[in-house]
Amino acid sequence: MPTTAPHALADVTASGSTLRRFLHGLPGVDAVGLEARAASLGTRSIKTTAKAYAIDLAISMVDLTTLEGADTPGKVRALGAKAVHPDPTDRTTPATAAVCVYPDMVATAKEAVAGSTVKVASVATAFPAGRAALSVKLADVREAVAAGADEIDMVIDRGAFLAGNYLKVYDEITAVKEACGASARLKVIFETGELSTYDNIRRASWLGMLAGADFIKTSTGKVAVNATPANTLLMLEAVRDFRAQTGVQVGVKPAGGIRTSKDAIKFLVLVNETAGEDWLDNHWFRFGASSLLNDLLMQRQKLATGRYSGPDYVTVD
Amino acid sequence: MVFEYAPAPESRSVVDIAPSYGLFIDGEFTEAADGKVFKTVSPATEEVLSEIAQAGAEDVDRAVKAARKAFEKWSALPGSERAKYLFRIARIIQERSRELAVLETLDNGKPIKETRDADLPLVAAHFFYYAGWADKLEHAGYGTNPRPLGVAGQVIPWNFPLLMLAWKIAPALATGNTVVLKPAETTPLSALFFADICRQAGLPKGVVNILPGYGDTGAALVAHPDVNKVAFTGSTAVGKEIAKTVAGTRKKLTLELGGKGANIVFDDAPIDQAVEGIVNGIFFNQGQVCCAGSRLLVQESIQDELLDSLKRRLSTLRLGDPLDKNTDIGAINSEEQLARITTLVEQGEAEGAERWSPACEIPTSGYWFAPTLFTNVTQAHRIARDEIFGPVLSVLTFRTPDEAVAKANNTPYGLSAGIWTEKGSRILAVANKLRAGVVWSNTFNKFDPTSPFGGYKESGFGREGGRHGLEAYLDV
Amino acid sequence: MSDRLSVFKTYKLYVGGKFPRSESGRVYEVTDAKGKWLANAPQSSRKDARDAVVAARKAFGGWAGATAYNRGQVLYRVAEMLEGRREQFVREVSDAEGLGKSKAAAVVDAAVDRWVWYAGWTDKIAQVVGGGNPVAGPYFNLSSPEPTGVVAILAPQESSFLGLVSVLAPVIATGNTAIVIASEKSPLPALSLGEVLATSDVPGGVVNVLSGRTAEIAAPLAAHQDVNAIDLAGADDVLAKELEIAAADNLKRVLRPQPVDDWAATPGIDRMTAFLETKTVWHPTGSLGASGSSY
Repeated sequence: MPTTAPHALADVTASGSTLRRFLHGLPGVDAVGLEARAASLGTRSIKTTAKAYAIDLAISMVDLTTLEGADTPGKVRALGAKAVHPDPTDRTTPATAAVCVYPDMVATAKEAVAGSTVKVASVATAFPAGRAALSVKLADVREAVAAGADEIDMVIDRGAFLAGNYLKVYDEITAVKEACGASARLKVIFETGELSTYDNIRRASWLGMLAGADFIKTSTGKVAVNATPANTLLMLEAVRDFRAQTGVQVGVKPAGGIRTSKDAIKFLVLVNETAGEDWLDNHWFRFGASSLLNDLLMQRQKLATGRYSGPDYVTVD
Repeated sequence: MVFEYAPAPESRSVVDIAPSYGLFIDGEFTEAADGKVFKTVSPATEEVLSEIAQAGAEDVDRAVKAARKAFEKWSALPGSERAKYLFRIARIIQERSRELAVLETLDNGKPIKETRDADLPLVAAHFFYYAGWADKLEHAGYGTNPRPLGVAGQVIPWNFPLLMLAWKIAPALATGNTVVLKPAETTPLSALFFADICRQAGLPKGVVNILPGYGDTGAALVAHPDVNKVAFTGSTAVGKEIAKTVAGTRKKLTLELGGKGANIVFDDAPIDQAVEGIVNGIFFNQGQVCCAGSRLLVQESIQDELLDSLKRRLSTLRLGDPLDKNTDIGAINSEEQLARITTLVEQGEAEGAERWSPACEIPTSGYWFAPTLFTNVTQAHRIARDEIFGPVLSVLTFRTPDEAVAKANNTPYGLSAGIWTEKGSRILAVANKLRAGVVWSNTFNKFDPTSPFGGYKESGFGREGGRHGLEAYLDV
Repeated sequence: MSDRLSVFKTYKLYVGGKFPRSESGRVYEVTDAKGKWLANAPQSSRKDARDAVVAARKAFGGWAGATAYNRGQVLYRVAEMLEGRREQFVREVSDAEGLGKSKAAAVVDAAVDRWVWYAGWTDKIAQVVGGGNPVAGPYFNLSSPEPTGVVAILAPQESSFLGLVSVLAPVIATGNTAIVIASEKSPLPALSLGEVLATSDVPGGVVNVLSGRTAEIAAPLAAHQDVNAIDLAGADDVLAKELEIAAADNLKRVLRPQPVDDWAATPGIDRMTAFLETKTVWHPTGSLGASGSSY
């Protein structure tokens, strides 16, 4: 397996034991302090022009997502249309970053967003459980890429991670990265709600980045606890520190549970004050969300008109 | 693209400051006997907020007499009745907390974020906590019939005006004492608003008396022969003077004085949280905190990494309008304090320490000091020994835990200390050896009404908060 | 009954576990209640006081750091040793305070019992005055008493032995070290107590006994920057005020003289708490679990 770890940390992935030593040597995380910092940044008051900027930025960062067993081509087409023109009544509204679908819907999605800036992201690797043979996961990825996916959202093997088999997780990510080829960017989902501790989230973040992740992503949206300000803050610290050590910039994608503009703006404050402005761009930060977009649109209308909007004035898909 | 936060000022209209205030004696606002007044200004703008009656010796005497007269009935009330007054006060403070937060920010210069999220909630909680003690004193471990002392003369500082008032008045009233309190000359307003809260709560007249004034007012109060208890929070120098004044009397004395807290960061610390703790430790309330972590002791092996992180973090601090909800660093409380900080910082530079501040725009009016870091500091430097009481952090290094403890304890002060390490036994071992009244491990600057606060050595004696805080106001 | 010439005892100071004469070379005459010569006692100087502070400071770390159980054992050992020399102390107290045999015996017995009482306190006082504080946040918060440090004690002037033990034992029970100035007029029981302490596993320097002019020795101690507290039990009002003013220079904890009707009465814990600091330690407990990752 060719190593993709950046030069500065190439030794780290030489073996299971070096990798383990490195990950366990990362600074610990004090849960209370981390959450207090996240909460404190959450009290930032973002008003008027800053709010308008933040809402448009947030819209442009949305990976508009549908990951249901009941997804149909019609549903995906509607999603694509919404991603391209989130607010049909106001063409100044930015497009979302991407639509995020299952692999079998990639072709449909691709068609729906054709000619726009909107990317098509596909979950893969036996999403959301990640419990399948590596060959199956890789086939999943290759098919999505072949169908035109610009981005692959993979899930890690949490079982292997929690069992301490970091090298297995690492190898799997590098294999998926290879399957993505040169064209597709790889987002690595940790399912932070299953990793249980902040120390694990920090270790997983570094593991993912060492293995070549283009993005690190909190969650599938399919478990009880998904993106939180604290786990996102922690991952932002990780990408910040990783770039400082290796020069390589990695994106962050909180996913699941972010439903309101207020929440989204809090996450942008986290980005701004932790990783910094280099990450305030949809190339480096995304929101994995579905209902969030409509709330952003209603807030955008409120700012434009001075009146509170209502759900009848945004599209329901 | 830069994410600029637009101004988000808290509305000033929630507070109505009168053009002038009197002394609050025996339930009435009154002028000073000699008619003296002084002005209180907003340190952020130098705008005059109000004109305040300045208490002299004659007023002190009048207030002590009022408190003495009120003491008889107040101390004889069933504890459960005193409790209910205090519960009322706690509730009214909660109701009026936004108003009081804005007022405090205007008069003190500290960010609204702090008055709103720290000062005011703690003030209300303190009254709520001690309210509950008023009818349970016989269970507090001070005998079966603990008695109040009488009239308490209390002198408080400007750094947490209303919170320090709460720390003084709540336990005093709960235990059945009556009080004469002197707020600091630069921050008298919240104490005068508190007088109005006493009125709303229906507190019997004379139980609480508020005497704004300068040091001489405080000195007269402390020296008054009919005062039974003296409680002071402020500088160590004034604390020593007060200790001399009450020598040879039966006045009970508690002092909460200066500090030069060491914040010790070991190489296995949770580094991101340690950085937050360091920032909170020295920049909370512009560093105008007696328990500030003003000396950073960092293990040499992680010095560079930690300082890089710290500097990066300091660059995100937002200094400016204290009423803006996004302001992290407000104004220095007074011109005098600003001068003191400036002098000590210049001395630090002159002694060869390396000064650093983030790029930071300083407003043109008002009293401001940019967050400042000194590296290459040794124990011998004055900035490592003197309390600066400003947003100035002195960074020293150590190699071993023994050296960290020795350096941390190498000060006449002993108020607070911090320890950052993920190793539990090291926390307990170091905490055990530190000569300081409050030790924060893997956190800093946390306060709670149930948690006793106070110093070792020249940081003073007596404890405020918790069961321990009752002792200062009981005849035991 | 032979007319054997008895052997007089040379009374010496007790400093740092040793028995020096006063550095000044001075002694003063100690008489019994009727004015009969008993012995010459060392008349300590300010330099003796200084040496005692150095000894007490040196002993502080070890004594404060000893387990409470160990301190209890040591204090109980003092009682044992004292019991064995009961006759000597009855005689000395009788001479010093002009008490009849049985009254003096009662005083000595009470003093022995006092050591036993405080021996039992060493590992309980922290539980009585310390404890966990239920702060409103995800923090463990514990307050514990810690010894103040080096304590200067002016022993009571009248009750030369029981009074002395009653002020000394509570100071060292909690881990402080002490410099005790014996009753000026009746210092002999105090000086003899030094001999008992030396053979009772009390580490050298934990207790230092000085005799002489109370005011002369107390002044440098009250002003000493490395003394943390002072018990003024043996000072009159004028001296007490002077010393309290001097003590303010480094903010010593001051225990003012209080009228004591009966040294034999069961003491409360006030004499221990007067020389205890409260240390409160905070630590995060882990978050409240709202975010899913609580550790």
